[in-house]
Amino acid sequence: MAKTPVTFTLNDAETALFVDPGAPLIDVLRRGAGDLTPKHGCGQGTCGACTVMIDGRPHLSCLTLAETIEGRNVRTTGGLANGPELHPLQTAFMEGFAAQCGFCTSGMLMAAKALLDHKPNPTRDDVIEAISGNLCRCTGYEPIVDAILIAAARMQGRTA
Amino acid sequence: MSTVEFRKDLFRDERDDNLKEVGQPTVRQDILGHVTGRTRFYDDHLFDGMLHMRAVRSPHHHAQIRSIDTSAAARMPGVRRVATAKDVPNNLNTLLSLINFGRDDEPLCAHDKVRYKGEAVAWVIADTERQARDACAAVNVDYSVLPHVLDVEDALSPSAPVVNEVYPNNTFDYHDLYDHQKLRFGDVNAAFAQADHVIEAEYQMSPIEQAPIETCGAIAAPETNDRFVCHTNTQALFFSLGTTAKLLDIASSRLHFIGGTAGGGFGGKVDSVVEPTAVLGAMLTGRPVKFAWDRYEEMQVGAPRGGERWRIKDGVMNDGRVIAREFTGFFDSGAYMRLSPYAIIKATGHLPGPYSIPNVASNVFCVVTNRTPATAMRGFGITAVDFAIECHMDRNAEAVGMNPIELRILNAYRDGDMKAHRRQAKNAAMIECCQVAAGKAGWSISADAAAQSSLHGGGTAERVAIPETVTDTEGKIGDRRSGRTTSAAPAANGQGRVASGTRGETATGAPVQNPDMQIDAERIGHKMGATPAVMPASPPHASTTAPPAPPTPAVRAAPVPPASPAPASATQQETAQPAAYKPDQPFSRGVKRPGTSPFTSGYRRR
Repeated sequence: MAKTPVTFTLNDAETALFVDPGAPLIDVLRRGAGDLTPKHGCGQGTCGACTVMIDGRPHLSCLTLAETIEGRNVRTTGGLANGPELHPLQTAFMEGFAAQCGFCTSGMLMAAKALLDHKPNPTRDDVIEAISGNLCRCTGYEPIVDAILIAAARMQGRTA
Repeated sequence: MSTVEFRKDLFRDERDDNLKEVGQPTVRQDILGHVTGRTRFYDDHLFDGMLHMRAVRSPHHHAQIRSIDTSAAARMPGVRRVATAKDVPNNLNTLLSLINFGRDDEPLCAHDKVRYKGEAVAWVIADTERQARDACAAVNVDYSVLPHVLDVEDALSPSAPVVNEVYPNNTFDYHDLYDHQKLRFGDVNAAFAQADHVIEAEYQMSPIEQAPIETCGAIAAPETNDRFVCHTNTQALFFSLGTTAKLLDIASSRLHFIGGTAGGGFGGKVDSVVEPTAVLGAMLTGRPVKFAWDRYEEMQVGAPRGGERWRIKDGVMNDGRVIAREFTGFFDSGAYMRLSPYAIIKATGHLPGPYSIPNVASNVFCVVTNRTPATAMRGFGITAVDFAIECHMDRNAEAVGMNPIELRILNAYRDGDMKAHRRQAKNAAMIECCQVAAGKAGWSISADAAAQSSLHGGGTAERVAIPETVTDTEGKIGDRRSGRTTSAAPAANGQGRVASGTRGETATGAPVQNPDMQIDAERIGHKMGATPAVMPASPPHASTTAPPAPPTPAVRAAPVPPASPAPASATQQETAQPAAYKPDQPFSRGVKRPGTSPFTSGYRRR
């Protein structure tokens, strides 16, 4: 089967890969580009563990065809920290016990990042809406919502 | 009879018990990996040339397999190997065989018949997952559909189809005698006759899928030293290793299992199905093989919390005291036993819930049906019956017109009370729990109820007594299928009586624990300091409290190190040796003492 060349930006790095026609983006990111941070939970777009940002918007990488990201800008949790310096979302998740098994965390962080980039001062309802496509089986969501609100406040120089 | 006490003071010297963490925020030790995405789950291990394995699954609840034609699938593009039951060297197992409990009843791959919808009948190993899926669809299985049974009580009727030939009565055989687990304490029928109210109800809990976000899966690969490495998300790494070694009939030393991260488990990742399958794939192809369930398989094939049906009959006095409680329980094990028989033993030990009730009788059945096999999930064996018990306590309160929390406090067990399984309650906290719950819920309780404590009032002569107990022999193995026994409830008329006793003594015919689950203190005591240099001529507890004649485990025959000449540092070593394990003293492995770690000394088990 002929492979298709795809060029895109992954966490600010120019990336070029040959992909199988019809391959989902998550497989290309994980096995092709070696970025293991998006997680494969359901493969059918219901759990959100594979959420990545494409051109600033959250997308489910298990339902996104790899060929469609030609020339686009993909961000994953692997590019969230600035060198050794964690993103405020990551710090807030750590301090607020917003992860247990950690499998949904990458997707949660991407959904939260997309929200805060778009809306720096979200309400609690905004946060719930933003992560409503991301399932977590461990935490019960409350610590995650709290952590996102705390991160938003810190990024704006407020206290939550 | 020697038993082991499980106490909070075990490992006391290794634990910082000032409880300063409680109520304080803390940071998980593994969370940096989670928030950076660097935590390595099983699927985050990359292998060149990894193949994908998929299972061909039964579309029927119950069917005879006439034939399996894999020839078309084997010719499909990318297919490296098609495997069936005959490729599994030892295709029969039961999970708890590793602790010598139950009979082997489950194949890794069905061969003669399928017993639940989704059971694996063949596997395909191909270059890509897509190719493996396509080839699975091309495997042609000729089924002859059999009648199936999905309800626990239907499965007990004499006309029910036999689901699993290893258990021809559709029940687990308890103690090689009965088709159910019995519990008898006092005389419930005499108490029902005295009670002001007799309240009966039935409760049903559905099967519940654990539904972790990461489905069950494993990657196995041949290593360069004639071993197989297996990255897995199992919750029971050595259980999975042992099960794999048994099913595939290879030495466990040839298996290198790596786990430790699970993307959610909740009990659903203990069944050791994906690991032997993936290792089998690696053995058959000589290549790295990934075997993982997709979401549909996780929901359909992944073993859930078993469905349970409980009937409770309580004898209640007008003042709220529960004087008798009778249970009839049915635990839906699904097509194979796995952990369910153990869950019932656990449930029976828990009855009648956290209450001091002087007369208790219970029959609990572990029933084989054509449902997906059940397994562990968060407190399994306890959760469903507690749901039933607490619903029933509310019914009792309603019947006698009493505040339901006060009724619970009135009946709650207290430290020292004798439980129905003939152990005294310790560290009871039911009363305090009720008081806090009432406070949090803004539910007012009387000053008297608020002043009660689990620490006081328990263990009196009356509350510690084991009453004279009525026994019966109804429900022997096979009686139900032959029609000799029809009622599942504890017998209305007992034939035998066991004399009363006190303080957990073994009353004649009513051992403290049943023999199957008897814990051999010698095997888990980790007795320390037993080198010849420090061992007394006769080990004190071995000679005085050892059970009379259980077969001695091979592990006890420890190699004897040379007694002399003593090395130069012998004196130092002797003084550093931890004291011998004393059953009545706080237990210590002594790992904080330099040079005496039981994990490096080689004398962990003498």
